[in-house]
Amino acid sequence: MEATQTLDARGLNCPLPILRTKKSLNAMQSGDTLKVVATDPGSLKDMVSFCTQTGNALLSSQQTGGDFEFFIRKA
Amino acid sequence: MSIAKLQPVDSHTGAMPSDLASLETWFDQRLDEKLAEREAAKTPSLAIIATKGTMDMAYPPFILATTAAALGWDASIFFTFYGLELLKKDLHLKVSPLGNPAMPMKMPFGPEWLQHINMPIPNLVAGNLPGFENFATSMMEQTVKAKGVPSIKELRDISIESGVKLVACQMTVDLFNYSKDEFIPEIADWIGATSYLVDAKNADVCLFV
Repeated sequence: MEATQTLDARGLNCPLPILRTKKSLNAMQSGDTLKVVATDPGSLKDMVSFCTQTGNALLSSQQTGGDFEFFIRKA
Repeated sequence: MSIAKLQPVDSHTGAMPSDLASLETWFDQRLDEKLAEREAAKTPSLAIIATKGTMDMAYPPFILATTAAALGWDASIFFTFYGLELLKKDLHLKVSPLGNPAMPMKMPFGPEWLQHINMPIPNLVAGNLPGFENFATSMMEQTVKAKGVPSIKELRDISIESGVKLVACQMTVDLFNYSKDEFIPEIADWIGATSYLVDAKNADVCLFV
């Protein structure tokens, strides 16, 4: 999947991955795709809640090795 | 109320309900729709009362408020009593195992096996050994950093940046003879219990920390 921008949130813990994701999305255009890479296991569920609440689309969410990868399309 | 002013409800026939029973059904349905509409259009809000000035108790209000702001909610924190420490320009928050028996005492560095061992400190030691509080605080700061958890200063900066409303208790300032110069200029307001309650009344989530 192609991402407009990538956010490296590895090594960060709650609530930083979500806060940084929000900050990155703020600077992007509607329809752009943000790829987030995180290591916080809590981000798996938090990212779903975040996207549901904010109306952004969580296109995919997967685990590769010790990393969690999320693709989010800005509303 | 004139029935003639009501809009047709039956989308299939466009017919107006004529008898009382179907009029009631129609009314309930419209009310549900309107309430759902209003609920969807509402911005959720969070109001937290922060009353503690230790490092461990500084995390919950700032974590919840910054996260709420990230979700697009209106968030505010009311700082009162020792909670005002969290608004000082110079943050010197400490944490102590004294009177805090659930606090794990683990090494933030060293071999993996060592980091998993909990070493509870007897109150006699924690309370009487000079500098023990500073030592415990320093260990906690290192643990926080090693685990990628933000510092309180960092979370406070994010709160300000993301529009969390920070309000402070006027009474506490007078009580402890503080000077307002000691506090960060980003404090939105100095208020009392009455003003806070009026704000909190409308909040969807209200927490006392």
